[in-house]
Amino acid sequence: MEQSGEYRIAARREDVWSALNAPDVLGACIEGCQRVEKLDDEHFEVAVKAKVGPVSATFNAALELSDIEAPVSYTINGNAKGGAAGFAKGSANVHLDEDDGVTVLRYGVKANVGGKLAQVGSRLVDGAARKMADDFFAEFSKRLDPDSVAVATAATDTDAAEEREFEKSGGWLMWVVAFVGLAIAVILAF
Amino acid sequence: MSEALEDTGETGIGAPVRRREDLRFITGNGNYTDDLNQPGQLYAVFCRSPYPRARIDGIDCDDALAVPGVVAVYTGQQMVDDGIGDLPCGWMVKSKDGADMLSSPHPPMAATVANYVGEPYALVVAESLQAAKQGAESVYADFTELHVVVDLATATASDEIYEGIPNNLAYTWALGDEDATRMAFAKAAHVTTMDLTNNRLIPNAIEPRACLGMFESATGDYTLYTTSQNPGLERLVLSAFVQVAPEHKLRIVAPDVGGGFGSKIFIYAEETAVIWAAAKANRPIKWVAERSESFLADAHGRDHITHAELAMDEMGRFTGLKVQTTANLGAYLSTFGSSVPTYLYGTLLAGQYKTPNIYVEVQGAYTNTAPVDAYRGAGRPEATYVVERIVEQAARELGKDPADLRRMNMIQPEEFPYETPVALVYDTGNYEASLDKALDIIDYAGFEARRAAAAEQGKRRGIGFACYIEACGLAPSKLAIELGAGVGLYESGEIRVNPTGSVSVFTGSHSHGQGHETTFAQVVSDKLGINYDDIDIIHGDTGRMDFGLGTYGSRSLAVGGSALVAAADKLIEKGKKIAAHMMQATPEQVTFEDGQFTLQDSNQSMSIQEVAFASYVPADYPEDLEPGFAEKAFYDPNNFTYPAGTHIAEVEVDIETGVVSLEDFVAVDDFGHIINPLIVHGQVHGGVAQGAGQAIMEHGIYDEYGQLQTGSMMDYTMPRADDLPDFKVDTTVTPCTHNPLGVKGCGEAGAIGSPAAIMNAITHALGIKDISMPATPEKVWRAIGGNS
Repeated sequence: MEQSGEYRIAARREDVWSALNAPDVLGACIEGCQRVEKLDDEHFEVAVKAKVGPVSATFNAALELSDIEAPVSYTINGNAKGGAAGFAKGSANVHLDEDDGVTVLRYGVKANVGGKLAQVGSRLVDGAARKMADDFFAEFSKRLDPDSVAVATAATDTDAAEEREFEKSGGWLMWVVAFVGLAIAVILAF
Repeated sequence: MSEALEDTGETGIGAPVRRREDLRFITGNGNYTDDLNQPGQLYAVFCRSPYPRARIDGIDCDDALAVPGVVAVYTGQQMVDDGIGDLPCGWMVKSKDGADMLSSPHPPMAATVANYVGEPYALVVAESLQAAKQGAESVYADFTELHVVVDLATATASDEIYEGIPNNLAYTWALGDEDATRMAFAKAAHVTTMDLTNNRLIPNAIEPRACLGMFESATGDYTLYTTSQNPGLERLVLSAFVQVAPEHKLRIVAPDVGGGFGSKIFIYAEETAVIWAAAKANRPIKWVAERSESFLADAHGRDHITHAELAMDEMGRFTGLKVQTTANLGAYLSTFGSSVPTYLYGTLLAGQYKTPNIYVEVQGAYTNTAPVDAYRGAGRPEATYVVERIVEQAARELGKDPADLRRMNMIQPEEFPYETPVALVYDTGNYEASLDKALDIIDYAGFEARRAAAAEQGKRRGIGFACYIEACGLAPSKLAIELGAGVGLYESGEIRVNPTGSVSVFTGSHSHGQGHETTFAQVVSDKLGINYDDIDIIHGDTGRMDFGLGTYGSRSLAVGGSALVAAADKLIEKGKKIAAHMMQATPEQVTFEDGQFTLQDSNQSMSIQEVAFASYVPADYPEDLEPGFAEKAFYDPNNFTYPAGTHIAEVEVDIETGVVSLEDFVAVDDFGHIINPLIVHGQVHGGVAQGAGQAIMEHGIYDEYGQLQTGSMMDYTMPRADDLPDFKVDTTVTPCTHNPLGVKGCGEAGAIGSPAAIMNAITHALGIKDISMPATPEKVWRAIGGNS
């Protein structure tokens, strides 16, 4: 299954960036996130407790980054195993743009699910994935600016996203962690 | 219209007695497996593969064992290490080249490779169900995904699932004369061809499978309560093949069972693992499937792809039928999975017709999906679907009335016994009688007016026929064993007249919705002249009755009922000897009628109760006769029985939405003699509802990755009462010629005839050749769009 989405975060790119450098912010924004562990620059392990409809379980995910064009875009390949609940695997492409002082994030995810997630959750995963992503960015935006909320726009094809120059920063690794969070939120929901 | 059926208080053969078992069912007093509990029992939850095909590299049970209340985790490999054998397939089918079918290894729980989503690989037992569930969620198996084969159409051209099973083919089976059929086609004036799919169905009995296994260490006795349609066979297989326990130390009890439809015939992994684990844990263990487990791991039904060709002469007489079918067997050969798409399918392709040349070839293909086995009708709905769809299409192509074309080709009453080109000998029948009656009830002549009225409402109305035949009363043992069956298919029965004159009847047949406790009591009451209320029918417990072969294939009355008649005859013979002695006469001078032994040409008589009492208190008793008044019999049928009939469906299709509404349905069936018409009607109603479900709603779908997409009631549509019209059910009677009751069996007919009738009606309404089942609104809507 495929899904794409776009969020406009009412914060300057630099503020988003620094927030993404704060692990406590990220951990708090991913509901049920229990552990994020970096194995090397491209490989991560994440544990998230997730619930989709009647299925709830702790998912242990192995994530691999590829096509890194720091700090504009990444591809994240993930394989999350939830034991009795089944599994999810797939990839997410994430782009970050700046638009008139607002940060525009676009993502596209392709994933498939197996086991109980597929059996009883396939009807629910679209909505659940959307909700998890929405929740993540709502919480994320609130932490950046308590008066603002993330605005999710209608899903679009991310292929059209225009890549822009993005100021390089030594903190790119925290981007990875941030999008690991996003990706796991999205992937897990499938 | 349908016969009016009121319980009049009569209880003999032919009386519409209300089912005596229903009182306990509808008042919540049924005794189902999950109602049973044992002191100290543990609860089992299975860990099931989320992958359609994956190697198990290891199983980490540490977290699960750390869950409070978890007692043990047992794995498939442990079962193998304990010497527990594979779950066997009970029917050896040979390929057309004479080679034995190729069976995949089938350990009860996956040990090294899991081959379908939902296959169990471990079992967690705990002090509570919650702890067992939590434990199961904490078992981590290290799976390595392997390539999968899901699509049936390409399965035989895909990479092998099992080493040594090329093309994923268990067998290529054939029946009929290929050369003669080819010649018939060469001379044909007209040939109709069709490509048909028979959709995969998921059974969904109202009671999910369950079991409670116990081991008595003091005696070495095992007891397994389980939702089985055939406890005798279950015990045989678990002891002789799987080697869980010796047969004399294993008691199988199938108490009240809430529906089976075939899905509870088979010997499954779960009860095998539970009884094995109960001995290891030395504690009773209970397992009850959740509905989602039923979807994944109950054997599924149907799932065929077929190419069929029907050859006709210039008059429209059928001269040849060629059928090429690929049948999905799933990942493993289930207990009877091999026989359903072969001997229960190919043999029925003559239908009610005199088609002289038939050739059928069936490829049985493995896929990484749940095993496929018998489901209500088992092969015969698939055969009927092929024959009746292509016959209806032929009529359309020839511009003939579909009823007339069928009539022209039907076997006539005087032509019985009739040997078909596909190995069966029909003993009796009158097919036109059923057809005529059905046409009358549906008011065939008035169809065009109803069609015009529907058109004014923006609806397209269609009518469709199915003149089906089935082979029931499985089966003559010698023939079945010659054809590959692993056991005979007789049935056992015992009648014990107790000293006070009440009667305990034991049958190897099993009731899980069929109403044996009522029907069989009617038979025994009628036969022995003993009050119906004094007769108890006992079934489903290998500890109480002789070896028997259970209930499936509409065999209970024809085979199990006949065994009771044979036992009753023995009792009557013995009773004559006792009565003769007491009346100082010879047995030949004694007649028996309505419960009375009467001395000819005298006014002397004794009731059967008096005779029974005398046999248990043998003061004045024949010297050479054993005391007691109980007899048993095993009945082996001489032939199949051949219920047949005509089903006619009328549907209306809403052009705007594509919604199909089943407006009218007539079933006129010839079941031979009928013991209880109320139960017969109920069986037909249920069968037609299931057939309507197959035609319009139900479809078990795996995605391309092998994940079950229709794994809950949210996604798998079952028919509901408001989807169905008031069925018009009636009967004709040609008594079966070879069993003492003249009965044929009625359990499956509804599901056999109805899918073809409904699909013929839908395609008639739409004016199209075919639409694949189920005819969902989306498919129909697209078909209308593509056709306009």
